[in-house]
Amino acid sequence: MVTTTSRRTRGARRAFAGALLAGLTLFTSAGAAVADDPSASASPGDEGSGPTEAGTTFRTATALQQGQAGTAQASAGDYLYWVFPADTGQRPTVKATVKLPEGEAKRSASTWQIDVYDGLRRRQACQYGHQTRKAAPDASAVELSCVLRTVRSWSEPWANDPLPGSYYVRLTVVNLPADDLGLPFEAEVRADSVDQGGAHHVDGALAEPLVPGISVTGASGTSQARAAGEPEDGWASGWWTTRWLWTVGGGVLAALAAVFGYSLTRGRGRPAHVPHGV
Amino acid sequence: MITRNRLTAGVCIALATLAAGLGSVLPAAADEPPATPAPKVELVLDVSGSMRTRDIDGQSRMNAAKQAFNDVLDAVPEEVHLGIRTLGADYPGDDRKVGCKDTKQLYPVGPLDRTEAKTAVATLAPTGWTPIGPALLGAADDLEGGEATRRIVLITDGEDTCGPLDPCEVAREIAARGTHLVIDTLGLVPNAKIRQQLTCIAEATGGTYTAVQHKDELSRRVTQLVDRAAEPVITPVATEGAGSCSAAPKLEPGLYTDREKIGEHRWYRVDVLPGQELRASVSVAADRAVDNDYGVLLRAVTVHGREIVRGSESGTGRTDVISSGLRYPSPEIEDGDDGSGKPAAETVCLQLSNAFSAPASVKRTPGLPVELTVDLVDGPDQASDVAAFGLGRGWWLLGVLVLTGLVAGLLTGWITRWRIAVWRTN
Repeated sequence: MVTTTSRRTRGARRAFAGALLAGLTLFTSAGAAVADDPSASASPGDEGSGPTEAGTTFRTATALQQGQAGTAQASAGDYLYWVFPADTGQRPTVKATVKLPEGEAKRSASTWQIDVYDGLRRRQACQYGHQTRKAAPDASAVELSCVLRTVRSWSEPWANDPLPGSYYVRLTVVNLPADDLGLPFEAEVRADSVDQGGAHHVDGALAEPLVPGISVTGASGTSQARAAGEPEDGWASGWWTTRWLWTVGGGVLAALAAVFGYSLTRGRGRPAHVPHGV
Repeated sequence: MITRNRLTAGVCIALATLAAGLGSVLPAAADEPPATPAPKVELVLDVSGSMRTRDIDGQSRMNAAKQAFNDVLDAVPEEVHLGIRTLGADYPGDDRKVGCKDTKQLYPVGPLDRTEAKTAVATLAPTGWTPIGPALLGAADDLEGGEATRRIVLITDGEDTCGPLDPCEVAREIAARGTHLVIDTLGLVPNAKIRQQLTCIAEATGGTYTAVQHKDELSRRVTQLVDRAAEPVITPVATEGAGSCSAAPKLEPGLYTDREKIGEHRWYRVDVLPGQELRASVSVAADRAVDNDYGVLLRAVTVHGREIVRGSESGTGRTDVISSGLRYPSPEIEDGDDGSGKPAAETVCLQLSNAFSAPASVKRTPGLPVELTVDLVDGPDQASDVAAFGLGRGWWLLGVLVLTGLVAGLLTGWITRWRIAVWRTN
C-alpha cells in the first residue's frame, strides 16, 4: 500500500492539491463511506460504550477513539494504558476519573497521575489541567485532566512538538502507602479535542502519522491492524486549511478594491458640458 | 501521502466488497488473523495448610479459591491454553526439604476440558508448605515453547519460607529468559511481608499485584487476567545490543527486546535509505527497586560518531518504564548511486543509555528490560514556509491586500487618464 514516492513528485502533488480540491473531496468521502460500512455493525462505535479493559504496557494499550470513554477495574499500583489518535490542528484534552470504592477497607491519602506520550513514546507536556492530584483518605473519586498542545502537521526532528499519530495515556498512583497497594479501584478515561483552526496550520507534512509499527503493518497490508490506531474518519490529508479561504478572499477583495480605485479616477462618467465626438 | 493511503485503502475495500459480493465478508476475515499461536496461561494455586483459615467472606481461603476457579474455568476464552499447578498440595509432614519441593502440575497446559479441570480442582485439600520459587520455575517450564504470550497467575496466602531461593529473584530470572512471560500475583492476606514479596515478583516481570479481600474480587480479577492473555499483541524479537556501533546488530523495522544493565551502553544499527525517515522509540523498565530519579537517552549517531538527533527523558518517583524516542528524516540525495542503480543506504547507529541508579543491595544482573521499536517510513514533506503552503490569514492580510488593490487601481486609472490626455494633446 505504501509505495516509495520521491519527494519531488510529492511536492508537485501538494502544489496541485488546491486545484484538485473538489474532486478529491468527492472521492475521499466516497472511499471513506465504503470503508466505514462493513465495520459499522462490528464496532461498538457509539458514544460512551468504550472498552471496559485497559492495557498494562505501551504495547498492550487499549485503543480508544476520541469522545469514547474507556473504563477499567484494576488494583491500586497497576499502570493502565490507553491509546487514542489525534490529528493535525486538534488540541486534545485527556480526562481521567479514578473511583475509589468506599467500604470497610481503610484507605490512606494517595496521589494519582496521568501522563501522555506521543507515538514515539516521548512524554508530552500538559498545558493546563490537574495532571497530578492527591486524594484525601475519605475521597471517593479523583478527577485528573491534561490539555495537550495543538497537534502540528510537521515539526523539526529536534523538537518534540505533538505530531499527528497515536497518543498514549498512562494512569497510575504515584504515591501510596504500602498498605493500600493492590486494593481495587475503577478508572475512566476520555479524550476529546478542540479544533484549533487555520491559525495553527503549519507547512510540511509527515509521510505517515506517528503510529508505532506503521511501517510493518502497512507493508503487510493488514488494513484492520492499521485501522486500530486510526481516527474514525481516517487521517486528514493535510491540504485543507482555512488559510485558503483567507487568501482567496483577500485576493477577491483586492481585485474589488482595484476596480473601485480605478473607477474613482474615471470620475462620474463623461462630464455633461463636453459634447459628443470630441 | 496519507490521503493516498486512504484512497488506496478505500478502493481496495471497495474492490474486495465487490469481488465477494457481500459486505459481511470483511469483518469475518478480520476476526481471524492468520494462525496466531494460542496464548498460554498457568494458574498457580497455593494449597498450603494455611489455606484452611476461614477469613474470606466467612469461608475458608481454599473454598474461595475453588469457587473462583470454577468461575474462571467457565469464562476462559476458547483460544487460551490453560494449565493449573499447585504448590504445597501433597506433603503434610514437617520435613522442610521435602515440603519445599512440593509442587506439581495439576492440569497440563493445553486446550481446556472444563469438566476435567474442575474435577481436578475439586480434589484439592489444604496440606503443606509454600514453595513459591520452585512453583514459579515449574510453571515457567510448563509454559515453555512457542511464540505465544505467556502469563502465570499466582494465588497465594503465604510468603515463601523455603529459601534460599528468593522467589523474586526467580521471577526476574524467568523474565530474563526472554520468553515474554508475565507473572501476576494475588495475595489473600493483607500482610506486609507477603505484599512485599508478591509486588516484587509482579514488578520483576511487568505483572500486577492484587490484594484480595472478597471472593468475587478473586474470580473477577483472575478472569480479567486470563482475558488479558488472550488479547492479541505483537511479540517482540529478542536482540542483543553491542558495546560499540561497529559490532552492533543490524535492525529491520520491528519490535525488539533487550536487557541493559544500570550504567551500560547498548548500540544498534539501522540502514536508512536516502529520503526515508527513521523512527525509533525505546522504553527501559524499572523491574526492581531503583532510586527515585532516573533517565533514558537514545542517540542517533553517524558511523563517524557525529550525533544527528537525540531523544531523552528523565523522571522522578514511582514508575514502570521510562521512555523516549527520536525521528531522523534522512536527506534525499541527488547522486547517491553505489553503482548498482540503487542509492546507498546510510548506516545510523542508535546508542541507548540509562541513568537509573539503585541501592547497593539490589542485584545488577540481569539488566533492566528494554523495549525498542524501529520504523522506517517515507520522509516528510519538508516545510518551505512557516504557514501551510505559505498561505496567509487574518485581518492584517486582508487590509494589506485591499489597500494594495486600491492603490493599484488608482494608479492604473491615473496613468490611463494621463496617457489619454497626452494622446489628445498630440
